[in-house]
Amino acid sequence: MTYFLEQSVNALSLGGTYALLALGLAVVFSILGMINFAHGALMTLTGYALVFVSLQGLPFAVAAPVAVIVAMISAVILERVAFRPVRRASGATMLLTSFAVAVLLQLAFQIFISTRPQVVPLPALLTMTVDIGGISIGVNRMISIAAAVVVLIGLNLFLRRTTMGLAMRAAAEDFDVTRLMGIRANVVIATAFALSGLLAAIAAVLWIAQRSSVDPLMGLIPVLKAFIATTLGGLGSLLGAVLGGLLLGAIEIYLAAYLPDAALPFHGAATLGLVIAVLVIRPQGLVGPSRELAR
Amino acid sequence: MPLLSVAGLTVRYGAIHAVRGIDIAVEAGEVVAVLGANGAGKSTTLKAIVGLVPAGGEIRFDGAAIQGWATEQIVRRGVTLVPEGRRVFPSLTVLENLTLGAAACADRGSADRHRAEVFDLFPILAERRSQRAGTLSGGQQQQLAIARALMSEPRLLLLDEPSLGLAPQIVDSIFELILRLKQRGQTILLVEQNLAAALDIADRAYVLANGVIAMSGTADALRSSDEVARAYLGGAVAAALPT
Repeated sequence: MTYFLEQSVNALSLGGTYALLALGLAVVFSILGMINFAHGALMTLTGYALVFVSLQGLPFAVAAPVAVIVAMISAVILERVAFRPVRRASGATMLLTSFAVAVLLQLAFQIFISTRPQVVPLPALLTMTVDIGGISIGVNRMISIAAAVVVLIGLNLFLRRTTMGLAMRAAAEDFDVTRLMGIRANVVIATAFALSGLLAAIAAVLWIAQRSSVDPLMGLIPVLKAFIATTLGGLGSLLGAVLGGLLLGAIEIYLAAYLPDAALPFHGAATLGLVIAVLVIRPQGLVGPSRELAR
Repeated sequence: MPLLSVAGLTVRYGAIHAVRGIDIAVEAGEVVAVLGANGAGKSTTLKAIVGLVPAGGEIRFDGAAIQGWATEQIVRRGVTLVPEGRRVFPSLTVLENLTLGAAACADRGSADRHRAEVFDLFPILAERRSQRAGTLSGGQQQQLAIARALMSEPRLLLLDEPSLGLAPQIVDSIFELILRLKQRGQTILLVEQNLAAALDIADRAYVLANGVIAMSGTADALRSSDEVARAYLGGAVAAALPT
């Protein structure tokens, strides 16, 4: 039972991080119809910003917010430089553009920083574990779960209570009519990217808090997982992204925990097998074909 | 000088000339109808005026040459389109739809005032304010679409087929509503297939056929002309009409 509870905390922690990443993809997808594979590069960039600021002798509590802001600004710049010129192009063009941006950034990290992992100094607190009712839980896991909850509540409030949030939900349903409201298309799209940058960066900080190093390919695997999560949940649905992320995290952790030792090498295949099973039953994803935000 | 003047407007969709050089003028306070059959270029004309489709020719609103402007700039200048098929935001509530309508308003106070006015004009929307727009009936959605457009206090309201797909008695109530807006001094450019109803409320009208203006004049003159029916119904039917 204790083992199960510990694994459940792990599942929530990993699933929460996947959920944040999937949300970042879904926010952009719901408005532009593009899966931004450069999302992972934003994570990696956050990691390097964290390393850079920490090397200036500043504590993690300062470095983390600075890194988050760097990622948000970078996301807005990426939109302006790379994605705006192809905004009216076909979906395939936009998808290839996002791959190109991801590869360019990855190469830039390899050339200008290093191909080797850089150590991120973490505060001692993050590596501690606490005992709650006989279950030992890593502080980093608890922070992951808490951060995911806070971000989800904050995002929900933003989408429901602010005019820009309403405009983003409207743009996901009907972009032209949103412009007929006098709402500036460029501002809505830039905000969507800033938001996705924020989500990528928070996920990156949580990711690094479990690993304490950054390398040029750091964001690659998590963004692929996030893509699986958004598909699992239903492309374009924010609720779907969250559910997909949590489900994927749970599948991965419980399989790793309960598969017999002999089957462990096939853990990844088993995970994807389950994902495919879900999609066979519900091809539209958990939340269906809806492109509505914040439901 | 007219509030809106369109001169030599052309719109092409690839090889198709949807609009082939039309002139339209709307004076402040007027209700002007653009009539014509399906595919005559009516909706395209409205879309061109608000910058949703690229167009050639000249479009002037309140003295400014607005063609080539972004849609949101044109809307902020005071022109709003109620698109064909209503296109309310279905998952947003009535109130949220209206809030977005006032998104271009600089101050919150005037948005609140407009909302009160709009609820006065459309009591059913006040009643359903917390309901998702997608759950409203067609007529209610059309009311919401018009109310949403009024929230920005447009100097020129463009209505694209407001009666399309609505039950006859609902159509009557929509036209009554447009008449009330006219009495309040709202300038309106209305695209319609419902010829009789449109001519009843319009001051003047243009009849479009195949992307050009087939005829124009006061509503009274057009009502008594059987050429309207010819241009409107197209060649085959018109040939069968007694002359």
